[in-house]
Amino acid sequence: MPRLLSFAVLLATWWIASLFAGDAKLPPPPTVLTAMIAEARSGDLFFHLGVTLARVALAFTLAMTLGAAIGYLMGRVRLADRLGDPWLILLLNLPALVVIVLAYIWAGLTEVAAIAAIAINKLPTAVVTLREGARALDATLDEMATVFALPRWKKFRHVILPQLSPYIAAAARSGLSLVWKIVLVAELLGRPNGVGFEIGVAFQLFDIPLLLAYSLSFAAVVLLIETLLVQPFEARLSRWRPRAA
Amino acid sequence: MRLEVDIASKTFKNAAGEQHDVIDGVSFALDAGEVGVFVGPSGCGKSTMLRILAGLDPDFQGRVSRPAGARIGFVFQEPRLLPWRSVEENVRLVAPLADEAKLSALFEILELNAHRNHFPGELSLGLARRVALARAFAVEPAFLILDEPLASLDAALAARMRDQIAVLMDNRSMITLLVTHDVDDAVRLGDRLFLLSPRPARIVAELPIRTRRGERGDAEIAAIKLDVMRRINGDPSERESA
Repeated sequence: MPRLLSFAVLLATWWIASLFAGDAKLPPPPTVLTAMIAEARSGDLFFHLGVTLARVALAFTLAMTLGAAIGYLMGRVRLADRLGDPWLILLLNLPALVVIVLAYIWAGLTEVAAIAAIAINKLPTAVVTLREGARALDATLDEMATVFALPRWKKFRHVILPQLSPYIAAAARSGLSLVWKIVLVAELLGRPNGVGFEIGVAFQLFDIPLLLAYSLSFAAVVLLIETLLVQPFEARLSRWRPRAA
Repeated sequence: MRLEVDIASKTFKNAAGEQHDVIDGVSFALDAGEVGVFVGPSGCGKSTMLRILAGLDPDFQGRVSRPAGARIGFVFQEPRLLPWRSVEENVRLVAPLADEAKLSALFEILELNAHRNHFPGELSLGLARRVALARAFAVEPAFLILDEPLASLDAALAARMRDQIAVLMDNRSMITLLVTHDVDDAVRLGDRLFLLSPRPARIVAELPIRTRRGERGDAEIAAIKLDVMRRINGDPSERESA
């Protein structure tokens, strides 16, 4: 209920602001809604949203898997940490734009280049978070698992993974928001479809209703995925924790 | 089946790089069905010794021969349960072969039946300790290690748990090693007592108790306790006559 209320306040603020700014700069909600419906009718909206979502899913999965594996290794093996650390610092501080442009130059304006560039941008944060998680693993539980001769897989699933899960959730959460932001830039610069591409087109035509229609649809999808997928997943992971008052 | 231990020495390096001797000559042997109890002042190196015996710390001078492939049941001083698994899952995880009948018997004795689905975070220390006990017994160990299982519990609860442990030990023939600083627990549960010196630990006396565990009378227990206390505190007259 409070969520709905805050959404209504936002809508009202937008409407009032559009009265002051004028239609050209900030069209009121109904105009944007009309543009949205037109795009949805033609199927373009869903096509571009779908393409963007697929890119997000691929890049996110790739970066999470690779990042978790590398981070775990760096947290557990000293040598891996020493070897990987300079690269990690470099990647962490490399602007997203540099990675995207270089990827397009070296691998061409291809799907592979786009997804790789997005994944590389997200990778280092996943590595850093999972490395912290691996460092914080409880040695006493490790000893328990050793004494009771838990098989490797069981130990991983029941002893190690639950300890890493808050870190995985944190990496996923921050990583997802990063990917949402970067995917549009990658699309704008070198893809012939996707929400980023459409926003680029709208920008060139100065078609603000179209621009807002795509931006808001995209935001709605992000919100939907957050509430329907990410938050329930987090709640499930932490169900054994005593609830905060 | 026999446990033979001969630890010549164990040293630790602390963060500042200084060397500390923790164990200085501990050798003994235990047969299946025997309960060996180690009594010593806190911080004397008992827990370090247990970690060596369980194979968790290979860095020491000496030799430990455990029966090959012996299953170990370990009750750590802190319960070391998995907080994200329920009581029952914690037990089943390490003992996948234990059937329902065996588990319920175990939970019955330890009064855990009502807590099967609770998470460890919802349990008191006494309950968590009992879950750790259930876990150690559920694996049907050939070698059972109990590290201060009754420490920091109130006297009534400790006494009840001690009786539960005694019941559980009676039905099994395994090598049992109990570490405690409580002489009363030691005398009531053990078959052979080993008294340890302050750090670095060494065995200062070995006292076999001839009477079976269940048949010890109060007078006998009191007499043994007195003997142990005297040896620990170094009664002067005792020292002269020895």
